[in-house]
Amino acid sequence: MARSKREIQEINAGSMADIAFLLLIFFLVTTTMDVDTGLMRVLPPYVEEPPEDQPDVIKRNVFVVLANAADNLLVEDEYMQVEDLKDAAKEFILGKPNDPTDMAFPEFEPASNKPESYDLVIKYWGANKLVSKQIISLQNDRGTSYELYIAIQDALASAYQEVRDEVAKERFGKKFDDLANGNPEEQEQAKAVKKLVPQRISEAEPKDIGQ
Amino acid sequence: MQIRKKKQKSVPPVSTASLPDIVFMLLFFFMVTTVMRETSLKVVHIIPKAKEVAKLERKSLVAYIHIGPPLKPLQSIYGTEPRIQLDDAFATPKDIPTFVESVKSQTNEAEVPLLTYSLKVDRETKMGIVVDVKQELRKAQALKINYSTSKIVDKEALQ
Repeated sequence: MARSKREIQEINAGSMADIAFLLLIFFLVTTTMDVDTGLMRVLPPYVEEPPEDQPDVIKRNVFVVLANAADNLLVEDEYMQVEDLKDAAKEFILGKPNDPTDMAFPEFEPASNKPESYDLVIKYWGANKLVSKQIISLQNDRGTSYELYIAIQDALASAYQEVRDEVAKERFGKKFDDLANGNPEEQEQAKAVKKLVPQRISEAEPKDIGQ
Repeated sequence: MQIRKKKQKSVPPVSTASLPDIVFMLLFFFMVTTVMRETSLKVVHIIPKAKEVAKLERKSLVAYIHIGPPLKPLQSIYGTEPRIQLDDAFATPKDIPTFVESVKSQTNEAEVPLLTYSLKVDRETKMGIVVDVKQELRKAQALKINYSTSKIVDKEALQ
């Protein structure tokens, strides 16, 4: 009995689209597209007991920012709104706000209340470049709100960023971030700018007053 | 004189044969980009906004610490005070060293220094609890942290 050779039936692919749609909708629903962003910080390592003979930091080198439990801001012994903090910090970092040609290169003036500076050899600027000894000290209370704390951190970070932008624009004609993301030559230049305007934010050990 | 026979013009049906291909393409896109939620949140947090934000890359190297008031249904048990959530459970600052150790042990040893601890904190929270968490992180040698904030769109820059 000769068996007729049966043709293999084709699989109906009509429902393929439906199945794919089903999966697609599942992934559409479960997906989270939000990109995580935030302020990156590096904490200082923990020390059991702070060393006794800490070097005294000269007062005019330090820009003191205090925030209390009632969300008031005291900057360099004066009340301030958080909106004004950025400009005040910028003025401090620049050292000589009135002289635009001397931006970020504060001269050593023992009598002034501007921060001191020290010599440093920096690529692209040559030897004996004066770098400010500026340091920003931030202290908050346990009762300070997180929102204010972030606003302060952000204001200080953008103050440094703007100073770096200005320095980079004057010397290299480009913004700091563009340099840092540019070709190797530009990345070197960004490093030099970073050396000239180092970001120094110091957070004091937390205090507990006025809960 | 008519040469051609007048055809009855009817619109041919659109071929849907390529539809599965298109859908599959979309499907693969979403499959590749998707990140599954690993934990279910037990706290509410509205994170603050900031300008100088940086993107968190390599999500596999990020550990999350959530701080905020408990969800509404849980408030009858846990109250309304902000709490810390690690993985899937409420925790105290004392649990952080254990948490850090478990995160480190799950990570490739070479990549441990790259681990970032993302603090997702509700903006209404007081700094006290955040300070406690930071002190514990310092003690546990987990120094790279990220205050999770969303970006403010700078209106001046757009103009």
